[in-house]
Amino acid sequence: MIEREQVLHVAKLSRLRLDEDEVSRLEGELSSILEHVDRLAEIDIEGVEPTSHVVPLENVLRDDVPRPSLDRDLALSQAPDPHDGAFRVPSPQAEG
Amino acid sequence: MSDTDLIAATAAGTAALIRDRQVSPEECLEAWLERTAADDLNGYLWRADGESATNGVDGKADSPVAGVPVAIKDIFCTAGVPTTAASKILEGYRPPYSATAVRKLADAGMPMLGKTNMDEFAMGSSNENSAYGPALNPWDRSRVPGGSSGGSAAVVAGGLAPWALGTDTGGSIRQPAALCGIVGLKPTYGSISRYGMIAFASSLDQCGPLTQDVTDAALLLSQLQGRDEMDSTSTGIEGGVALPSAEDLTGMRFGIPSDLIGEGVDPGVKAVFDRTVARIEELGGTVSEIVLPHAGHGISAYYVLAPAEASTNLSRYDGVRYGIRDSNADLTSMYEVTRGDGFGPEVKRRIMLGTYALSSGYYDAYYGRAQRVRTMIVRDFDAAFVDVDFVITPTSPSVAFGLGEKTTDPLTMYLNDLFTVPMSLAGIPAISIPAGMAAPEGGGSEMPVGFQIAAPAFGEQKLLEASFALEKAINFDPSGGRVR
Repeated sequence: MIEREQVLHVAKLSRLRLDEDEVSRLEGELSSILEHVDRLAEIDIEGVEPTSHVVPLENVLRDDVPRPSLDRDLALSQAPDPHDGAFRVPSPQAEG
Repeated sequence: MSDTDLIAATAAGTAALIRDRQVSPEECLEAWLERTAADDLNGYLWRADGESATNGVDGKADSPVAGVPVAIKDIFCTAGVPTTAASKILEGYRPPYSATAVRKLADAGMPMLGKTNMDEFAMGSSNENSAYGPALNPWDRSRVPGGSSGGSAAVVAGGLAPWALGTDTGGSIRQPAALCGIVGLKPTYGSISRYGMIAFASSLDQCGPLTQDVTDAALLLSQLQGRDEMDSTSTGIEGGVALPSAEDLTGMRFGIPSDLIGEGVDPGVKAVFDRTVARIEELGGTVSEIVLPHAGHGISAYYVLAPAEASTNLSRYDGVRYGIRDSNADLTSMYEVTRGDGFGPEVKRRIMLGTYALSSGYYDAYYGRAQRVRTMIVRDFDAAFVDVDFVITPTSPSVAFGLGEKTTDPLTMYLNDLFTVPMSLAGIPAISIPAGMAAPEGGGSEMPVGFQIAAPAFGEQKLLEASFALEKAINFDPSGGRVR
């Protein structure tokens, strides 16, 4: 069961501001989804290797040749607040 | 050559008309742009005009598809053209580059008709999670087209595009293809570059075609597949892809995973499935029962792994480099408010679920365990493919459901993907072809039913051959989906 405090904790980790309705709805929804997912505990996974990727590939490398990358102005063109050749962000210090 | 004849042709048929000079590429594009302008399915989020459709397209391309226009799911980056993944957080975003898949089609001389509607960040099975309203099923507008590639499926079925590009993470090409009565192919993981495809769950995401028939699926796949140095997980399909020509199914072995299919299939869908199995035998194929003992746990494993990967992939939407910014308070509040406002409810749910599954103290119990169950599902398929060439299931347990019918409980929606998710976890190719019609359980006119065929990794050619022969025998009538 997921409790309100856990929802708030995970929201904080996720950098998501949730309103009161969302918090109480997610409590129930995450609980019911995890209840279903908990069936995985029935399976004996002793000695089974995890799969993170299905294609057997290793060390795919390209030749180390310099080449142009994305133009700076183009990269900045979609930013909400580009400034002086950089992405400008608000101060990390909370005000007050 | 009238516009009506042109619109009625398959994409391969249209290519032939252009090659034989019965229609010029310009006339062809004009006829299709007139169709897209008539979109009343909310299938397109952005529609091209004559100029933007051909921008960057090689007009002199020497390719078998030159001049045949295509619709692109809004999850693919298209240089200078709005790309939102149906999310508010990417409103106004015009990518500085195009996805490899999009660029390959432009290089092959294919104009782009527009960007199609989808579930936000490809999370959903009904298209109802689009921030711009759902696309509608052209067979019955009170019903969903499926998802997440719902817009792509709706425009192809509705005759608003000759074919379309989609993506499939847990069924997002196959399920909407099934619900709209068209063909949808999820190729082997790695066949097509993911570069420029907005990431949802990177170990599962794969691009593929949604088309009117199996030949078109083969033709579009042949243009898309290939290794790309911009995606280190891309391998291409060795030997390429040829147009299928099988007349029958002699010598081909099909397996039904009875333990997976179980009881949860609507009777109408089951009847179409059984009829199709009988057809396989009439065509000389053999059908036997197989087991996939862990595939039934696919949904549980998937809804840990995919949200976990999504929660990390979507951390890039932070109001700094692209998309919207909704606050100018301190940095952390800016992140939280922008993401809280910009993401829709399903996306937030999955980010929360994924973050929880990866968080300290829960990682081994959820993420680690799900990865091990994934291994067991991979092994199930490996074992099955010793005895059979293909695994067959209904694509979806029901026909297209009503708008709003499954939105109250997320889990009910997730269970729709029961038959498509295991193949995604195993990374193997699977196709959905229209197999017949069935009445919805709650009443209403008959809707299309999809039949899923899966093959071992990189078995696309055999998969297309079998589907081609079966499609011919089924002889599905798509006309009920056409927008008049």
